[in-house]
Amino acid sequence: MNTILEVRGVSKRFGGLVAVSDVSFSIAEGEILGLIGPNGAGKTTLFNVVNGVYKADQGTITFAGKDITRCSPDQVVHFGLARTHQIVKPLNGLTVLDNVTVGACFGREYLDMAAARKVASEVLQQVGLERTDMMARSLTIAGKKRLEIARALAAKPKLLLLDEVLAGLNPTEVAAMIELVRKIRDRGISVLMIEHLMQAIMSLSDRIVVLNLGRKLAEGRPDEVVHNSDVVECYLGFPDIVDKLTRTD
Amino acid sequence: MILRRPFFWIILLIAAGFIYAPLHGNNVSLREDLILVAIAIILASNLNLMIGYTGYVNFGHIVFYGLGGYVGLYLTTVRGWNLALSALVAGVVVSLFAFLFGLAILRLRGAYFALATIGILQAVQAFVSNFDPWGRSTGMYLSFESYRPLGGARHALWITYFLIITVLALSMILSLAIKNSKFGLGLFAIREDEDAAVVLGVNATVYKAIIYSVSAFLPAVAGALMFFKNGMIDPSIAFEYMLSLEGIVMLMLGGQGSVIGAALGGTLYEKLRSYLLTSPALSNFHLVIAGGLLLMVVLFAPGGLIGWVYRLVPRARKVIE
Repeated sequence: MNTILEVRGVSKRFGGLVAVSDVSFSIAEGEILGLIGPNGAGKTTLFNVVNGVYKADQGTITFAGKDITRCSPDQVVHFGLARTHQIVKPLNGLTVLDNVTVGACFGREYLDMAAARKVASEVLQQVGLERTDMMARSLTIAGKKRLEIARALAAKPKLLLLDEVLAGLNPTEVAAMIELVRKIRDRGISVLMIEHLMQAIMSLSDRIVVLNLGRKLAEGRPDEVVHNSDVVECYLGFPDIVDKLTRTD
Repeated sequence: MILRRPFFWIILLIAAGFIYAPLHGNNVSLREDLILVAIAIILASNLNLMIGYTGYVNFGHIVFYGLGGYVGLYLTTVRGWNLALSALVAGVVVSLFAFLFGLAILRLRGAYFALATIGILQAVQAFVSNFDPWGRSTGMYLSFESYRPLGGARHALWITYFLIITVLALSMILSLAIKNSKFGLGLFAIREDEDAAVVLGVNATVYKAIIYSVSAFLPAVAGALMFFKNGMIDPSIAFEYMLSLEGIVMLMLGGQGSVIGAALGGTLYEKLRSYLLTSPALSNFHLVIAGGLLLMVVLFAPGGLIGWVYRLVPRARKVIE
């Protein structure tokens, strides 16, 4: 299988804080890669470096054979790398349809208005948003998350970065969203997703990368990762810690 | 296509009305009234491209109008060019100037951008006040010779009026065309959330610089025509800060983001101002009223007059844009 995204030795510092340190991984075409880690591990920062919101201090990012390390977010979208935001950013004063039309207009295919509207209506149907003439500000939180995905999909991406699309949803909505992510992958779009909901990410991902304190802690199939002692330690604490502290010698 | 939008034909009707009304019975005083209304609409419409469409408040919008006036008057008087060509060249020169400034100051956002626009206005005014070829602080006067190619003063004033009404129609058509284009959608995205717009693929830096430059073009052309009509220009009337602020009041009053809103606000405010200025009891009181009006609009009707109409008749959005 071909590699769609290759992240090699990427670091990002904010002043004295090293948010991401020497992280490498790659995603194959059609793969769902999960990115997990405790709060503050650097997951969202890594997303921001990959799609060009931040510039990497070190390392290279290659997307579909192109070096995109120095590209701005709007250039990256044209190459076919779209993303959603953890804290949703709807264009509040525009209708749902217009929100998604923006994604189609300025996405990979750079469509004109008429074509973009058509793509937008199709995508809205796929993600299950019906009231398309509604202002984006009046959507529910689940609706706004779907809108984020719809806008990203309208750009016709080859790789989709999903930043905690399940957070804040109720169990029914979570189930529907998981179904949606599967459908997206079935259409040949690779997915890199950050998620805290363990059950969901374990069942969705082909492989998982674990970040902790900006470093890559582990990588592998979901069942390998959950049994990795480093991963268990960073989530639940060191299992032998009581022994260690009470030992007197 | 823009020809298929009903509002395009409404604009042409408005322009035709502006031309027919004073011609009918050769009413010169009505013409002078309508010129002021037309200038107000031109300024408000083009300011709308920045404030209403892109979400960037420009306090120094009048700088384009004044610079256009200077370049235009310089070309007609000193160089002896014809009026229409001078006005066009003034528009192009000022647009280029705006594009360069835009690339620099549009890195700023929100209040910082607004402050920078005041800075530009002050800087340009200070520069022009010390610029010898443009007569420093005493400004420039039109020689009577300049009217001759247009068939004498009486004729020249009518021609200038028709040209200004053309600029008025073009301003509204430009607003309408941008509103319905992909470029306009990109601007709206920037207005709503610039970071989100960039992540969706909008090249915000270039878009903002282009719209800043576009919003300079027609005001500059109008300035060239208007100061030709007035026959003189000096820095204090060319770069009148108050007029810049009043442009914002017009826009808020009519309804920012809407083509007809800008036109409506411009008309109403200009009418109100000329009534207050000429009534002996209230002269110089108009700024107090403008301030009060702005406060009321911001507090009670943030969408302006047209926002209120849209709320009453949601379907009006489709026809009156």
